[in-house]
This record gives sequence, structure tokens and C-alpha cells, in this order.
Amino acid sequence: MSIEIKNIVKTFDNFKALNDVSLKVETGELIALLGPSGSGKTTLLRIIAGLENADSGEIIFHGEDASDKRTKDRNVGFVFQHYALFRHMTVFDNVAFGLRVKPRLIRPTEDKIKAKVKELLNLVQLDWVGDRYPSQLSGGQRQRIALARALAIEPKVLLLDEPFGSLDAQVRKELRLWLRRFHDDLHITSLFVTHDQEEALEVADRIVVMNKGKVEQIGTPQEVYHKPASVFVLNFLGNVNLFQGRVIDGKLYLGKAPLNVPEGAKSNIKSANLYIRPHQFDISRKSQGDNAIKATVKFLNLAGSSVKIDLNSESGGPLQVEITQQEFSRLQLLKGEEVFVCPKDVTFCEYEI
Amino acid sequence: MSLSRTESALVRRSLIGVACVYLGLFIFLPLFIVFATALQKGIIYYFNSLKDADTIAAIQLTVMTALIAVPLNLVFGVAASWAIAKFDFRGKNVLLTLIDVPLSVSPVISGLIFILLFGLQGMFGPWLRDHGWRIIFAPPAIILATIFVTFPMVARELIPVMKAQGNDEEEAAITLGASGWKTFWYVTLPNIKWGLLYGVILCNARAMGEFGAVSVVSGHIRGATNTLPLQIEILYNDYNFTAAFAAASLLALLALFTLVIKSLVEFRFRAELKAVRKYKE
Repeated sequence: MSIEIKNIVKTFDNFKALNDVSLKVETGELIALLGPSGSGKTTLLRIIAGLENADSGEIIFHGEDASDKRTKDRNVGFVFQHYALFRHMTVFDNVAFGLRVKPRLIRPTEDKIKAKVKELLNLVQLDWVGDRYPSQLSGGQRQRIALARALAIEPKVLLLDEPFGSLDAQVRKELRLWLRRFHDDLHITSLFVTHDQEEALEVADRIVVMNKGKVEQIGTPQEVYHKPASVFVLNFLGNVNLFQGRVIDGKLYLGKAPLNVPEGAKSNIKSANLYIRPHQFDISRKSQGDNAIKATVKFLNLAGSSVKIDLNSESGGPLQVEITQQEFSRLQLLKGEEVFVCPKDVTFCEYEI
Repeated sequence: MSLSRTESALVRRSLIGVACVYLGLFIFLPLFIVFATALQKGIIYYFNSLKDADTIAAIQLTVMTALIAVPLNLVFGVAASWAIAKFDFRGKNVLLTLIDVPLSVSPVISGLIFILLFGLQGMFGPWLRDHGWRIIFAPPAIILATIFVTFPMVARELIPVMKAQGNDEEEAAITLGASGWKTFWYVTLPNIKWGLLYGVILCNARAMGEFGAVSVVSGHIRGATNTLPLQIEILYNDYNFTAAFAAASLLALLALFTLVIKSLVEFRFRAELKAVRKYKE
């Protein structure tokens, strides 16, 4: 089922949680709502579920206005950050809850409920915990049971609020890959809230980056990472180096070193901010003409698939560069060495005329 | 559970000793004296003094009062704590303070309020008399005073429990399609049932044992408006010590009985109770 969110505004006391948010989610998509805390992403999710009312705007489920529908009639599956399992019920009763509270006329028989719960517990690979209480499960298991419980009512939309937020780093990684595969099998329209960019980039089909109650950018992980629409998105989705300086004849001057300003920039600009990601640099011992910055190696982080290098540039600012292990073993850089850093590309520019 | 031992044996033993002496002096000794005095003239005399018509009338009035006051306060307590713990509204703190009033006001005042309201010189007294209603110096006043004195008991017990639990489980139930009533019945109520049980036990004990407020509005008409605590006082003032203590032993037995019931219920549901407590982490 597709979801259309139109011009949603929500204010708490004097705080504008959502300021004119619009968004369209296609059937079967897995969408990440990404942003820092206070950006309004959880509020948006709760408004879609009907747990919160918008001040204005519309929520449209598959072409049908659902703004005035009550939560219980919206048929959404909601997974809470802290699981919200019914602590006084066994796992089995938790999963069966949504079926047992159906009105008598459409309620399945107890046998059918049993079969369905079994099927769901199998689906989340926890068929052996039915008799246990939530307190006897680990965090990751609780979250999978919460998911099974939400799926019991065969929702058309699945909403997950920071689903991995309270899990250990290791479990969190496993579970998010599992969620991705899970979604590929079921193809249920899903939105999940996260403040972890890595999680969003890894799992989602599309990412909605939010800040201060507004949507900053909507796009595929590739788009938001490589073609950020704003400085906020750029900063939020990974480390970036900022170069600020005056522009003369298409070159940006930081002290002595001139950097090339991307082509297509107007000739009448006076100053510019260039944002360059750490992996967009070449590093060498000899100067290769213009477009290079002299810098001193301060710190080397060799653990990981790439080598992260902290440098101090000639003009005094800190600089982060990431190169491959291969490149590093060719160069054999040492701490304290002087090198030349040359940007291959620029992620984002701001100009002043 | 393991506790690291940081105190020396001497300190541990003397602390335990102090606690035991205290309990003995203030709980076990009085309890023992109640039963010893009640039974000092033999078991037959004990039962005969309980069979006295005035005492039986007092027991009946006490039970009736509790049967009305406790359910009413149960409903009120659940409603009030639900509103206070789960919603934000203007005047919430005022309501919280108001709920505490009966606990902070002397019971005598609690009784006097009803005299001032419904007594012959009171606000509604003449009107009530003209319409043939008798409230003061009659069971209705006793019931009203008891309700007033006991109404914080359930709410006080439930508010912290409900606040600690938050709204998550209720919200989950609603997203799963449960109606407001089903959410309350299957999710909220089971989560608060222990707090509710303790609240009801406290409320009942206070309702049956209340002396001050009830004494003011009762009029002490033998066989008609005396509750058990008032009857005990009358018997005692008549120098009928054995009968007074026999009646007192009933109230003491009631307390012991409710404690046993509570322990049995906890034992019966120990697995679930453990699971629920542990879930809070």
C-alpha cells in the first residue's frame, strides 16, 4: 500500500515538531527516516500510525484519506523502540493479541490463531520461545517478537521506531541485515526511524533526511551520500572537510595553496566553501603542481578496510583523508611526515558572489 | 542474588537484633495480648461475647460499610490514577493534592465536615429532615465518612505503578486493533493488578478499622450505628474487657487473614510476578 503525506504540521506547545512535511512512499518500499533527535522523525511516524494527531495536513493510504481514521482502524504494524511487549503475557499470547482482540464476527478460531502464531514465530526464527515471558528474552529476541506481533494483524504498512536503537552494536548489525532480507521476502511497505546514518544507508531503498521538522532531502542512499542537497545532509551522512577561501580566476586560495573550483561555477564568484569527503583525496610526497595542500600527518588509524589519516594543513586547519590499505602500503606514510594532499573531486560547494 | 558483605558480624547481628526487638515490642506483643485477653475466660465465653446482639449488629454495619466504600474507592482510585498517570491536563497537581487531603486531615475533622454538611444545624440538614432523610447519626453518614477517609488508598498505591509503566503497552495494543475498553481490560488492568490488590487491602483495613471520623458522625446508638471499632470502645468503657478484646481480636484476625490471602495469591502467580518485575530491568 502506498502512503502519501501532505503538508503535515505539528506543534507541541511552542515547539514546531513538523513544519510542512510532504512525502510519498510507494508500495513495497523500505524507507528510512533519518535525522538527529528532535528532527521530528518519530513524530511523523506516530502521526502516520495515528498515535498523534497532526495540526494540519493529510495522510493518504492508497489514495484514501486516513487522517481521521483511528489508530485501531488504520491497520498499521508498529514496532516500538523499547519493544512495548505485554510483560504479563507469554510470547505466544503477545503475538496472538492482535488476533484475539478482533471483533467476534471476524475473529479467527483459536486453532487458526495457534497456527498463525506458530507460523509467525517460525518466520522470526523464534518458534521455541512461545511459553516464555518477555523478561526471559534478550533484546534482539524481544525486538523480533515485537515484529512478529505487529505482523500478526497482516498490516498493510509496517512502521518501526528506532527498531535497533537499544541493542548492542553487534546484534544491531545482524538484525538490520536480517530486516533487509525480511523485507525483500515480504515486500510490505515499511518506514523505519533511525539516527544512525550507517543503518539508513545499509538497509533502506530510499532515505528521507530530516532536520528541525523539515525534510532536507529524499533520495536513494547513493544520492543522499554523493549528491547531498544541503550542507546539513552532507554533514549528517559522514565526515567531510570544509575549505573556505577567496576565489580568484577559478581557484580557491587558502593561504598560499590554490584549489580548483569545480567547473560550471560562475566567473563572478568571490568566495566559496568547498566540502570534500575524506576518500576524495590523493596523497603524495611530492607536490603535483597546483590544486594541492601541504599538510603534516598527525595520526594514523590502520584498523579497518581503509586507512584513516588525520592531518594538519599548512593553513592550520585539521584535515581528514581516507585511502585504501593498498595505497597506504605503497606509500608507507609515517607520523609527522609532510605530504601533499590533492582533492580529486568536490562533494558540495557553496558560493558567494 | 548475591550481596557482598561489608559489615562485620557484630554490626550485622546487632542490627538484626534491634529490628527483632522492635518488631516484638510493637507488633507481636500487642497482638499476643489481644488474643490472650480475649481468651482469658475460655473459648466458650469468647464466642458468647461475640454472639452478643450489639456486637453482631456492629459487625454487620462494619462489613456493609466496607462493602460499599471499598468498591466505590476502587473505581475512583483506578479512574483517578489513570487520568493522573497517563494524561497531561491542567489542574493535575491540584487533583493530586486533593486526593491526599483525607490523609493529611485529622479524622475528627473528616467527620465534622459531614456534620456541618448534613447535621441539623448544617447546610443541607433542614432540607434533608423535611424530606425524611436521616444521614447524621445513621449508617449513611458512617458510610460517607468511611469513603472520605479511605479514598486516597487505592489511588495512592496505583499512581506510582502506572507512572512507571508509561503508555507504550497501551499504544501497542491500540495499533494491534484493540478498542479502548479491551486495552484497559487486557493490558492496563493486568499490569496494575498487584498494585490494585495492595490498594484494596489497605483500603479495606482502613474502612473496617476507622475510628475517629466514624465516631463523630455515628451518635453511638447501640445496636444501630456502632461499627466494630466503636463497639470495642463501648465494651471497654463498660469494663467488659474480655468482650472488648474478643471483638478486637476479630479486627486483628481480619488483618492476618488478608495478609495470608495476599501471600497465597502471590505464591499462586509467582512465575508471572517474577517475569513482570524483571521486565522493568
